[in-house]
Amino acid sequence: MRALMLVCTLVLTTGCTITPWVAPYERQYLADPIMGFEQDPVAARYMNHVYEAREAARGAEGGSGGGCGCN
Amino acid sequence: MAVTRLIARSAGLLLLGPLVAVAAVLPEERADVMYHGYSGGGVTIDGPSVLVRKNLGNSLSLSANYYVDMISGASIDVEATASEYSEQRDEFSLGADYLVDKTSISIGYTNSSENDYEAQTLAFGISQGFFGDLSTIGLRVSYGSDDVFRNGDDNFAAEAQHRRYSLSWNQILTQKLIAELSVETVADEGFLNNPYRSVRYLDAASGTGFSYQAEFYPTTRNSDAISVRAKYRLPYRAAIKAEYRRYADSWGIAADNMEFRYTHPLKEQDEWILEGKIRYYQQNNADFYSDLFPYLNATSFRARDKELSNYTTLALGIGVSYELPQRWSLLNRRNTINLYWDHILFDYEDFLDVTVHGGSTSINPGAEPAYSFSANVIRLFWSMRL
Repeated sequence: MRALMLVCTLVLTTGCTITPWVAPYERQYLADPIMGFEQDPVAARYMNHVYEAREAARGAEGGSGGGCGCN
Repeated sequence: MAVTRLIARSAGLLLLGPLVAVAAVLPEERADVMYHGYSGGGVTIDGPSVLVRKNLGNSLSLSANYYVDMISGASIDVEATASEYSEQRDEFSLGADYLVDKTSISIGYTNSSENDYEAQTLAFGISQGFFGDLSTIGLRVSYGSDDVFRNGDDNFAAEAQHRRYSLSWNQILTQKLIAELSVETVADEGFLNNPYRSVRYLDAASGTGFSYQAEFYPTTRNSDAISVRAKYRLPYRAAIKAEYRRYADSWGIAADNMEFRYTHPLKEQDEWILEGKIRYYQQNNADFYSDLFPYLNATSFRARDKELSNYTTLALGIGVSYELPQRWSLLNRRNTINLYWDHILFDYEDFLDVTVHGGSTSINPGAEPAYSFSANVIRLFWSMRL
């Protein structure tokens, strides 16, 4: 925690900023459809459905995102 | 029958699936028609699901889903205390996603209906892309209200409410690696058990040495889940996904699951995409679960639902997606035919197979073999990108 506070203080006092380290033109691999967490919503939802009906655990399924954030 | 109430309860989730998608773009326009089938443990559940998602202008996406579960057969707990049945659950969902700059706002409504269970869910979500679109944070809330009935008992009516709150953080880590962290809290209140299911207890007066009485659950349940998942693009054109989730709730259940998935296109044109996966799940039993209670009304709360017992599941799955050649494609769009098959092994530790008493065995109550079964899950669907 101390280290985190130190880093925050340094960032705030020195004006350092972290810049995005993967530029839009470097996202060709992430833009590939196979890089989506789930390629087919209708199929992914159904499997979550199967699991939730037969297992006590629920929630935090996520998984619809992925890819590069670009079309 | 309320045996499918857990399915109805998850309806709100289905609606807001796309909410956590990367924020700066609308979800993909597409139409899907799926046949789904689950068969195992004496039960068959199958039916269609139709999903259509279409944009209106550049900032609004609308979606509609019609989903049917047709249920027939008798699971082991039905087999022990009742007879086979069949029923149908119909679910309708409508959703809208509105995009403003890097913010996506979503609303949704789901209605699920069966002859003894009605569920309605409203949901709202917002997600925001930032940090050069390397990061997306999504928040969503949903509220579900259920009416529970019992066939053959006109005097029985009960209600349940479900509130869900979730937060997801999607992060591009490198040119080939993306990860997501999700947390979700669920709060249930009301009638949470199955009005048909029973627990068994030792009863010397009974021929088998045990008798049944109705389940009785607490009227509240709060759960927390946290998951992390990542997807990595391999040096050749293929991807691996890894996922882990930890779960705990106020009924004393803790669970973990882990999944690995491998996706492999056969050609650059995506004509064929193959997929394989393995998933493992384990949980411990609820505090008030017992396979065999020592006597009638032994505890304040009591359950003998195998989904609240101590058990593991192992799922193995394979799938294939085939993109139809242009000459066969409808409306000149990209059409795919997809088939996925999952085989799931359920292995219970403290849920015993009471059906052995149906024969001429002289097994003492509590000495029956542990129950286990396997299920096959099929997803066959046609997709068209609009």
